[in-house]
Amino acid sequence: MKSNNFVKLLLTLVASLISFIPFYITINVAFKPMTDMSSRWLLPKELYLGNFVTAIEKANIFGAMKNSLIITLFSVLIIVFVGAMAAYPLARIRNKFNRSVLNLILAIMMVPPLSILVPLYSNLSKMGGISTYWGIIIIISTFQLPLSIFIYTNFIISIPRTIDEAAMIDGCTDFQIYYKIILPLLKPVTATVIILTGVAAWNDYQFSLFFLQDPKMRTVTLAISSFFSQSSSNLNAAAAAALMAIVPVVIIYIMLQKYFVKGMIDSAIK
Amino acid sequence: MKEIKRKKFRHNHMSTNLMYVPAILLFFLFVIYPMLTGIKISFTNWNGFSQTYKYVGFENYIAMFKDKNVWSSFSNTIIYGVGSTIFQQIAGLSTALLINSKFKGRTIGRTIIYMPVLIAAVIMGNMWYFILQYDGGALNDILILIGKEPVDWLTQGNLTVWIIVLVNTLQFYGISMVIYLAGLQGIPQMYYEAADIDGAKKLSKFFNITVPLLMPAISTSVVLNLIGGLKLFDVVKALTNGGPGYSTHSLSTLVNFTYFNNQSAGYASVIGLLLFTFIIIVSLVAQKFFKSKEVDL
Repeated sequence: MKSNNFVKLLLTLVASLISFIPFYITINVAFKPMTDMSSRWLLPKELYLGNFVTAIEKANIFGAMKNSLIITLFSVLIIVFVGAMAAYPLARIRNKFNRSVLNLILAIMMVPPLSILVPLYSNLSKMGGISTYWGIIIIISTFQLPLSIFIYTNFIISIPRTIDEAAMIDGCTDFQIYYKIILPLLKPVTATVIILTGVAAWNDYQFSLFFLQDPKMRTVTLAISSFFSQSSSNLNAAAAAALMAIVPVVIIYIMLQKYFVKGMIDSAIK
Repeated sequence: MKEIKRKKFRHNHMSTNLMYVPAILLFFLFVIYPMLTGIKISFTNWNGFSQTYKYVGFENYIAMFKDKNVWSSFSNTIIYGVGSTIFQQIAGLSTALLINSKFKGRTIGRTIIYMPVLIAAVIMGNMWYFILQYDGGALNDILILIGKEPVDWLTQGNLTVWIIVLVNTLQFYGISMVIYLAGLQGIPQMYYEAADIDGAKKLSKFFNITVPLLMPAISTSVVLNLIGGLKLFDVVKALTNGGPGYSTHSLSTLVNFTYFNNQSAGYASVIGLLLFTFIIIVSLVAQKFFKSKEVDL
């Protein structure tokens, strides 16, 4: 039994190490000066911080983080608010019409963003939404909304209807029931929605690449990828930039790990 | 009596349904309407920025069916989708089975394997560049160490497509692992106990109990990975940008390339429609297939 556990531990260790390789290599590259030609598998002899200085100055990482933060915050706000509201009638009034509305929303989840890129771009540019916060926020929100509606609808269905009926007997209108009774019950599932859609908004690349053309509007993913293509001669600085971009995400993940994993499962399994 | 009660305390349909109007409005404006515009653009020779364009009928469609680059991107897309899905199920299920038993260190394993899922795919792709790069790449360091010639991993055409599949798998198999873990934990222990009494072997227990009862998890994981893989964009963009030539383009990167580099919006729209139709068909078929395989407890 004991040796069996040892084999399992060993295999888990191997799998974890493989997953960790890209992080390990990036750390090594980020802390070595450009002149250090030693293998990327070897740890740096000393912690050289010059690459981080270059990355902060040239890639404007902090400006990009500010943009990403604003976009993520407002997107999540819209996704939670509009999603939770839409889910209530979809969960409570289960007639044929509402079922087809729900199916339509789930079908939107499958639409590959790139397949409607061309018309979306021309429509948004007519509205003056290219390279604006509101343009990208509304696009990211729209494409994350189906997930939020899906999670909220499933959750509200699991809340007993008798609660609604009791409130109706007391003379509450539907909106009052939603606002005073259902909404407070949504707190735990809202954590899931915030984490899932927040990560998606923060990591967005496809939409940002098209709709944020102005360098001042660059988000973290855009700043890193454009810095990479510019600095093929100084990949060490690029590694430092990538490292700075992922450290906040990794820290939040390790702190709130349980919620991340639970959220993933909630969203995937009906 | 019951009927009357039901009728009286019912949700007010009309006004309550208003609550999903904002969401529907967003979907209409930014998904459905663009989709319809896209169909219109696909019949034109619009270049993406000029004020004027001509309707060209089915010219773009005919051109697409004759275009070798579209079909090579299409076959790459299938490899990205199906290849990643197969690898992700194998890696996800094996690590889930491993981590599902109790031993020290399993939580740390789960934490690290799931971590890449949260990193932006484009940044992860850039990080893999340090490993796959020809000059000084970490993978070539190993080849040199064992006395082999270094390889330019990112310009090998079909091989590079499979390398991108592996990079995508390693980043996202944590999702499958977590779904399978949840599925495994939902299988009642009594089935295994009953099988033990009957003297069932380990392998027989796996195929006769674990796999059938895991079907909902398998279905979720496969459909999720399949759609994700068929939409693949970020990793390709970061590692090869579709090149060299058109050899590693997915349909997603090809749409982007056709629109911005070749400036043919009409043609890009047709490729976009191909991608859309293909993904919808695949996911509907996959869901139907798995629905027929699920068993009730």
